[in-house]
Amino acid sequence: MRGIFSICALLFAVLLTPAYAVNPGERLADPALEERARNLSQELRCLVCQNQSIDGSDAPLARDLRILVRDRLSAGDSDDEVMAYVVARYGEFVLLRPRFHGQTWLLWGAPFIILLVGVIAVLLTLRRRRSDKIVPASLSEAEKSRLEEIVNNSEKP
Amino acid sequence: MITELGHFALVLALGVALIQALGPLVGMYVNPGFGRIAVPAARVQFVLLLISFGALVYSFAVSDFSLALVVANSHSAKPMLFKLAGAWGNHEGSMLLWALILATFGAAVAFFGRNLPDGLRARVLGVQGLIGVAFLLFLLFTSNPFLRLDPAPFDGNGLNPILQDPALAFHPPFLYGGYVGFSIAFSFAVAALLEGRVDPAWARWVRPWTLAAWCSLTLGIAMGSWWAYYELGWGGWWFWDPVENASLMPWLLGTALLHSAIVVEKRGALKRWTLLLAIFTFALSLVGTFLVRSGVLTSVHAFAVDPARGVAILIILIFFVGGALTLYALRAPALKVEGLFAPVSREAALIINNLLLTTATATVFVGTLYPLALDAMDGSKISVGPPFYNLTFVPIVIPLLLLVPFGPMLGWKRADVLGAAQRLGAAALVAVVALGAAWAWQNDGPIGAPFGIAIGAWLIVGAFSEIAYRVRLFRGASLKEAATKAMRLPRSAWGTTLAHAGVGVMVIGIVGISAWRVEAIEALALGSKMEVGGYTLTLRDVESFAGPNFQADRAEVLVERGNREIAVLTPEKRIYSVSSMPTTEAAIYTIWIADLYVVLGDEAGNGTWTFRAYVNPLVPWVWIGAVIMVIGGMISLSDRRYRVGAPVLAKVAKPKTQNVDAPA
Repeated sequence: MRGIFSICALLFAVLLTPAYAVNPGERLADPALEERARNLSQELRCLVCQNQSIDGSDAPLARDLRILVRDRLSAGDSDDEVMAYVVARYGEFVLLRPRFHGQTWLLWGAPFIILLVGVIAVLLTLRRRRSDKIVPASLSEAEKSRLEEIVNNSEKP
Repeated sequence: MITELGHFALVLALGVALIQALGPLVGMYVNPGFGRIAVPAARVQFVLLLISFGALVYSFAVSDFSLALVVANSHSAKPMLFKLAGAWGNHEGSMLLWALILATFGAAVAFFGRNLPDGLRARVLGVQGLIGVAFLLFLLFTSNPFLRLDPAPFDGNGLNPILQDPALAFHPPFLYGGYVGFSIAFSFAVAALLEGRVDPAWARWVRPWTLAAWCSLTLGIAMGSWWAYYELGWGGWWFWDPVENASLMPWLLGTALLHSAIVVEKRGALKRWTLLLAIFTFALSLVGTFLVRSGVLTSVHAFAVDPARGVAILIILIFFVGGALTLYALRAPALKVEGLFAPVSREAALIINNLLLTTATATVFVGTLYPLALDAMDGSKISVGPPFYNLTFVPIVIPLLLLVPFGPMLGWKRADVLGAAQRLGAAALVAVVALGAAWAWQNDGPIGAPFGIAIGAWLIVGAFSEIAYRVRLFRGASLKEAATKAMRLPRSAWGTTLAHAGVGVMVIGIVGISAWRVEAIEALALGSKMEVGGYTLTLRDVESFAGPNFQADRAEVLVERGNREIAVLTPEKRIYSVSSMPTTEAAIYTIWIADLYVVLGDEAGNGTWTFRAYVNPLVPWVWIGAVIMVIGGMISLSDRRYRVGAPVLAKVAKPKTQNVDAPA
């Protein structure tokens, strides 16, 4: 399977047909399929790299994973099926967009919870503040004496 | 000998920092006069650290391989610039640079802060000294840069080749200028809490320091991003890498601090919140240091991974942040609440700004640390990558960007939304036109992209609308009158406008590269051609050559558009002799509204080479926007009101000049 695939890909490379692929040897013949592969690749982490997607990595393992994704797509899998397949093999660590479940709801919810808490805090503070009276800050002793000095000086031009 | 001098100066600096801390923080309670020692101590500490750092740089310059640090991070065949930059391109040296910048800020407060009340200045310097003590202890006990090696080897191990780059040589100093600069805001906050007084004058003293730190951090981050763009070889400019996030968090919160301090300065409101922001901004700078140096995160920056150091930084972090927050809890309730304002007012706008910036910071914080927390709790491993931030961070930032032009248009205390909206009519019009133009121009790009361009246009025109409004342009004033008025506007007004417009320019750049990037990857034989985004690339030659400390293959690629020759690009692939690590040197041809980005890949067999070529629309605007923001910050910094020594000078100057102030 992979042999035929590489030969097709090589043929393509030789014919210099414009197409999108990470390495000329990896690309799929069908541009629609290839685009799906690219999109999926950007969501998958290169496991041996440091925080890079397999789409942008030169590592051999990233290449293997790119080819795996393309093989699954060629075999007729849907995007979800490909992701499920990859996760079953490599675990959720491979997903750059973590799934929403019991362990990650707080991660996904945090921005909205924080914003909500912030809005409530601001509203409460403003409401309380409106009922407070404004007290002008008083000057310290040093400042009072300096003010006096300035006032006195300016009186005698 | 020079090395010992540097080492000795470092130890002395620790002693002086201790005096600088104890004099004001303890001594003042015995005798107020003891606080005065902080000023000379801050100066002496600065000079000592300058000597120490100078000694380290000298050792790198002459390749003194009896020094363990030089052996580990340098090589005699390196170009001089990278020998020097190697002094701070490693954990120990960069911590020494950190301590030096900390002392520089302290010395600057001692030198320029003559107009500060004696007590406040002494306490600020005391807190600064205490931070210095912590980091100098950290340096001497866990990360001493001056350790010798016996016997000395003949040559060193070299600097990581991807770090041998001019932009990266200066990236750390600017980044630390930002991180460490926020320590001044922190010291001011703690000093204010100790004194129990926060007033507009306090905010006025804090703002220039915060602004200076912010400018430095902005520039540092931009340099790092630019480096990643041209050096890592696939044209990404931001990766949501944990270490990038570590610098983004203090930047976001520092931006919030800049804005909330305006409210304290002008209206005396938001005091407690501003204190908290000052504390947390520096806390996040420390968190950043911790994340990068403890090895708890996997990242491209993984240098100096040592758990013991991580624990030490964690202790420093807990001591300072915990201490400051305890002080806050004790003292803040006593601060008087001032400054009433209506729900629609500039105060309210700045509160929304702070709310959104803080939420954005918290989102990055959670995204960066959640995987660590989860791993620690039940061992399950997840990744949080760019798709997460696109779905969370971006929706928070968009309303913030939309609201930016409104802020300066609203009056203090009570404002008129309709009036502000009217003044922004031109900006709205331009935004709609930009939306239409981008929509018509793009064939099948993402639907969001034209809206992004519209937001950028809205920000740029909206920023300048404020100036136009203030000089009454098109509203009765002739062009000449308006120009004269515009020249007389306070510099801080121009600073605000430029910084906000810079954000708009950056947004346009980000949208351009994210939405409309064109890519082509081909295996080329000599003489064959490839197409990318309207350009024709012809491979003319591939040759091998030897650089000063690397072997390289260099391709010669002719770029044509239509039948017109545009450029000859020479992308390279290098292998550094010492580390045998391959790097790519992308060739970039920029026309300022787009980059043509060509990378030479591996040999693909049959005399062909893999080439990756990208057309990256608008990407230079990302960094141009950042530079405009920094220029705006610096112009604002040069405003008479913030010139730190201004009141002293004003005594001699004509009294009239004192009142050049922004109409609030």
